[in-house]
Amino acid sequence: MSTLEAAPPVTRPVAPLVIAGAIFALLALTPLFSELYGGAYVTSLAVRAMILAIVAISLDLLMGHAGLVSFGHSAFVAIGAYVAGIMVTEGAQEMALILPTAILCAAGFAALSGAICLRTSGVSFIMITLAFGQMVFFGLGSLAQYGGDDGLTLWSSPEVFGTRWLTSKEGIYWVVLLTLITTWALTHRIVGSRFGRVLRAARQNPTRVASMGYSVFRYRLTAYIIAGVVSAIAGVLWATHAAFVSPSLGSWQRSGDLIVMVVLGGMATRNGALIGALFFILLEEVLSSITHDWRLIFGPLLVLIALHARGGLVGLLDRVRGAAA
Amino acid sequence: MKMGALAAVAGLMGLAGAALADVKVGMVVTLSGPPAALGQQAVDGFQLALDDLGGTLGGQATEFIVEDDELKPEVALSKANGLIEAEEVDFVVGTIFSNMLQAIFRPITESETFLISPNAGPSTFAGNACSPFFFVTSYQNNQNAEAMGAYAQDAGFAKVFMIAPNYQAGRDNMEGFRMHYDGEIVGEVYVPLGHQDYSAEIARIATSDADAVFAFTPGGMGVRFVRQFRDAGLADRMQFMSVFTTDETTLPAQKEAAEGFLAAGNWAPDADGETSEAFVSAFETKYGYVPGGYAMQAYDAAMLINSAVNAVGGDLSDKDAVRAALRAADFQSLRGTFSFNANHYPVQSFYQLSVIEREDGNWATSKGTLIFENYEDSFAAECNM
Amino acid sequence: MSTTLILIQLLNGLQLGVILFLIAAGLTLVFGVMGFINLAHGVQYMLGAYLAVWLYGLTGSFLVALILALPLALALGLVLEFLVFRHLYDRDHLSQVLATFGVILFLNQLVKVLFGPASLIVPVPEFLDFSIPIVDGLRYPAYRLALIASGLLVALLLWLIIAKTRVGMLIRAGATNPDMVSALGVNVRQLFLVVFGFGAMLAGFAGVMAAPVFSVEPGMGDNLLIVAFVVIVIGGAGSIRGAFVAALLVGLVDTLGRMLVTDGLRLVMDPSSANQIGPAIASMLIYVLMALVLFWRPEGLFAPKAAR
Repeated sequence: MSTLEAAPPVTRPVAPLVIAGAIFALLALTPLFSELYGGAYVTSLAVRAMILAIVAISLDLLMGHAGLVSFGHSAFVAIGAYVAGIMVTEGAQEMALILPTAILCAAGFAALSGAICLRTSGVSFIMITLAFGQMVFFGLGSLAQYGGDDGLTLWSSPEVFGTRWLTSKEGIYWVVLLTLITTWALTHRIVGSRFGRVLRAARQNPTRVASMGYSVFRYRLTAYIIAGVVSAIAGVLWATHAAFVSPSLGSWQRSGDLIVMVVLGGMATRNGALIGALFFILLEEVLSSITHDWRLIFGPLLVLIALHARGGLVGLLDRVRGAAA
Repeated sequence: MKMGALAAVAGLMGLAGAALADVKVGMVVTLSGPPAALGQQAVDGFQLALDDLGGTLGGQATEFIVEDDELKPEVALSKANGLIEAEEVDFVVGTIFSNMLQAIFRPITESETFLISPNAGPSTFAGNACSPFFFVTSYQNNQNAEAMGAYAQDAGFAKVFMIAPNYQAGRDNMEGFRMHYDGEIVGEVYVPLGHQDYSAEIARIATSDADAVFAFTPGGMGVRFVRQFRDAGLADRMQFMSVFTTDETTLPAQKEAAEGFLAAGNWAPDADGETSEAFVSAFETKYGYVPGGYAMQAYDAAMLINSAVNAVGGDLSDKDAVRAALRAADFQSLRGTFSFNANHYPVQSFYQLSVIEREDGNWATSKGTLIFENYEDSFAAECNM
Repeated sequence: MSTTLILIQLLNGLQLGVILFLIAAGLTLVFGVMGFINLAHGVQYMLGAYLAVWLYGLTGSFLVALILALPLALALGLVLEFLVFRHLYDRDHLSQVLATFGVILFLNQLVKVLFGPASLIVPVPEFLDFSIPIVDGLRYPAYRLALIASGLLVALLLWLIIAKTRVGMLIRAGATNPDMVSALGVNVRQLFLVVFGFGAMLAGFAGVMAAPVFSVEPGMGDNLLIVAFVVIVIGGAGSIRGAFVAALLVGLVDTLGRMLVTDGLRLVMDPSSANQIGPAIASMLIYVLMALVLFWRPEGLFAPKAAR
């Protein structure tokens, strides 16, 4: 136990809190700014970025802390979104029904696929999660009665105990922001707990952790299920926001984007995944408004960050602060 | 309503300068990935119409904003939100693909902005999900296949083999072909979207005793399928019929492999009529390639908006008046007769098209016999608005 | 289901298999020897195809285009190595993923800007532009047979190089124990450069050979890259033999599966549901295969003995 306690703290305690607080405050003020410019365009962009941030944070729990690089994480988003889409189409619009169903489906799929995936590690784990992601992707595309590859429009919107407040532009915005903050806070409770320390210790030396009497497999599976469920909740929110779901939500390209977001921001840091996701979307939006060939700029920028910013954007921030101090 | 009112106020106060356009049109089409050629045709077609009209629509200074949906639903949604909320456009023209249209349909029509599709025409929005704010200048997706089926029936092909990618539009087109075709379907194969190698399917076609093949293999799929079909020597044994497979976006790559192949459509670059001829020659001079239906339908979309803005005298605040003006379709379509059905989908004629090499060495489709005159789609009855 | 159909599908499976092998061979060496995850490897296949388009346009001869494309593909690979990849060898896998992902975005967009977004095509070389009758009325294009033959020939050559030459021995040693190789005084950087350049050239070769069969378009390497990763994971990273066996296996499972699954389902359910579900299951097959292999043999079928 003592070695686990002695594991170095993940980040310095105060500054990351200030940064996260600033980001959340900015996001909370965004609806006000959007009155001045952009209106629902800005808020809907922010909703998309926040939903991705929720998923990225859950992925970082796996990648950064448990050392499990999942290349099929977007499948959970797709599962959540499709549960919402299908239930609404079938007339079950009550969020109090949709959300638990989505959570159950995601947890079930995570438990099943996780039990198989977690027998492997390293690159094999990356590829086997890809395999399960692809199965979900092709499976959803074959649901002809729910639009097949074309996807599914939600002609009516989910309700919360019979009311419609979630589907108003403001309602969904605050719910997503609140979910993001909760996910952020909860993840760091988990990471800071004994559970998190076991995960991190197992990342560095699984044999040792096992010899101390912990079932590495069970800890990892639990983390895998938690991350999957959080992503599925994000998927339900996406379906509610976009009123449209499609299999492409679960494609390997999306899973790859998520990995890139987490690495870009800085793995296993308090704000890395959050900053990575927001930065990714913001940059994509800004660059693509300048030129349709924005990837000519975005690509090399990613290369530069990979080459020169160890620890991602958060690492860069730390060094800038370190140099200033 | 808000932005209409704003525009009206701006007009009254004489604020409309060069920077402040009177009419704003946003376009959402696919400009990334292999199908980008389709989106580019739409952009160029619309731009050409704007140039022909001196940069105005309905005599009003016009700003034209082009957005790339990247063939990703969430990007399409974000771009559409940008157009209606940040840019406050008066019209959105889009999309090329039906799944992109599904992604942007609700936010745009619910914001009471007019959405005009230059290509995608899914059955849902023609039927029970039709909207007073949605117009289509192309066709209902199944119609080309329906016309092709009717042609196959008339031409007396007794046995047909069908092939399409395994997604909604693929299945819709297969259904469409069956509508007027009573002969025997000797085989029906679905391949994954973006399929590369058709030799297995070709082997099946060869071992079936089909007189003709009906294919829906759009874009790069069509390029590969047509060439492999020709290489396998099947083109000499049976007739190749298709929709969205041998068009002006794929023919530059298919060339002689597609010679004599048949298609069905609402227009071809050699269609007669002065406006159409002028359009094709101006387009080729300006952009250096042969325009296809995508360009033509986008050109018509611009002319439609032009006619509507003219009819309401530039006052876009009265949505009902604008809608009535759009409904009237008071413009000269490049394809000849054109009017809107009750569901805002076109009523138009369909022709048999065939692939030819033009005298200048370019490959294009050529308009043949009339299949349907003033043909309506089969979903209009389900639309109540 | 006729035997002809199965024969043709076998040939198709082989064809897909050799293309996959040409891509996976470089990928597995780069990964096995250098421990480097190169997502941009699929882009090198695409560059090969575009080189073929460009050089064919200049010279009008497929053979000349092929001969010129190979050194150019090699050179492009080395330029990428010099600019980006060599700075990443000591870094963790995820930094490599981030950087090579950036390279993919850039190069996919670049070919779109240079060559346009539409699908392009290179005609089949004239001396191979005929087809061989297999059964009455059905012909198999000679070019495809040549493609299969050249792929098998390259596989044989590679095996000879790896098994019989000094460089090959070093590569094998590098795949099993890189530290030992450098301790023996071999310039590992130079070895890496050789392996890398060679891998890029093989992928480029695959691209040139595929250009007359498949359409050439931006991003054409992305999906094949994922399948190539499936191949090297099944075969065992660092093993050329594994890559070869796995590539043929994946090629055959994928092509035969597409035919057999839907037909099989038709026997047990109505045709429209079979048409619906069949292709989806067929698309999943190679991933199911990979999941099974990884489940039973996490190191792949032919993994070099020592740990990576």
